[in-house]
Amino acid sequence: MTKDEALLAYVLRLGDNALILGQRMIAVVTTYPELEEELANANLALDYIGQARLFYTYAGKLEGKDRGEDALAFLRDGGEFRNLLLLEQPNGHFGDMMARQVLFESFYLLQLEALEQCNDSHLAEIAARATKEIRYHLRHGALWLTRLGDGTDTSHARVQQSITDCWQYTGEMFVADNVDQAFAEFFAGPDLEAIRQQWQVNVAAILDKATLTMPSDEWMASGGKRGRHSEHLGYLIAEMQFLQRAYPGANW
Amino acid sequence: MTHKEWPLYEVFIRSKAGLSHRHAGSIHATDDQMALDAARDTYTRRCEGVSLWVVRSSEIVASDPAETAAFFEPAEDKIYRHPTFYEIPDGVENL
Repeated sequence: MTKDEALLAYVLRLGDNALILGQRMIAVVTTYPELEEELANANLALDYIGQARLFYTYAGKLEGKDRGEDALAFLRDGGEFRNLLLLEQPNGHFGDMMARQVLFESFYLLQLEALEQCNDSHLAEIAARATKEIRYHLRHGALWLTRLGDGTDTSHARVQQSITDCWQYTGEMFVADNVDQAFAEFFAGPDLEAIRQQWQVNVAAILDKATLTMPSDEWMASGGKRGRHSEHLGYLIAEMQFLQRAYPGANW
Repeated sequence: MTHKEWPLYEVFIRSKAGLSHRHAGSIHATDDQMALDAARDTYTRRCEGVSLWVVRSSEIVASDPAETAAFFEPAEDKIYRHPTFYEIPDGVENL
């Protein structure tokens, strides 16, 4: 894998993660029982869409095939997406969403902080901007885990189950494949093993505060980084891409 | 299922350093941290502020509208409390 290929593949993955999670969150806009949390979710979702736009615009430039952000987001098929499996899982209930959010963002924040130090200056700039957003996201999610985990018996049991359900999708984040390795080598990219260790410490602290138990590492699902997705991604993509597929080039 | 309203908080925003916090509105939240987050997400989405205060509405002691006359009207005929009898020296633009 060449230096250019590694950078393009890495930036696309970042865009895919941001877009797919953002799309998942957007699906529940207008359904919250409380106005304040409704706005919070919409804000956080839009942060992700904003990040996806930056990553895709940059990826399109790197690729040099005249594909802009819309082409990358709306005209690629499911198998071409390289997002983590965790992010494409159905939303479930509010506790499920907060569990997914905290587990992913505990990783993503460390990834972004490492990217701020990488040798590609444009990616480092995008990472610096995104870091600020995700730091707030994580604060928001961790506080909710505490409220739910340390709340009633019912909320504790339900959010503990949420954490357990998400756990099998966390292993994939830390397995360095050829793209991760090439990016680390050429651009001083994140060391996923170091991130895994820090993630364990940070997540343990959040769960401990929320009186939740950290599940043990058993079988871990993987495949998202290779484009082998769960059945859920297809439905998400179909809904997300419908307009551009039905009315190519539609604009407003 | 009965829907129990979350407690009300009042939100104050400092729009930039040096200015004082101004009342912006109110939000519902179950605790102080949530109130701060909700205020951030509701009232500072368009760069409205650099500092936030939130306070439980129930903690605010307010004057009684029924006592408006006793509270505020006695000041109306005391015009000598206004600094309107001073000559403004030449050259002073802002006072």
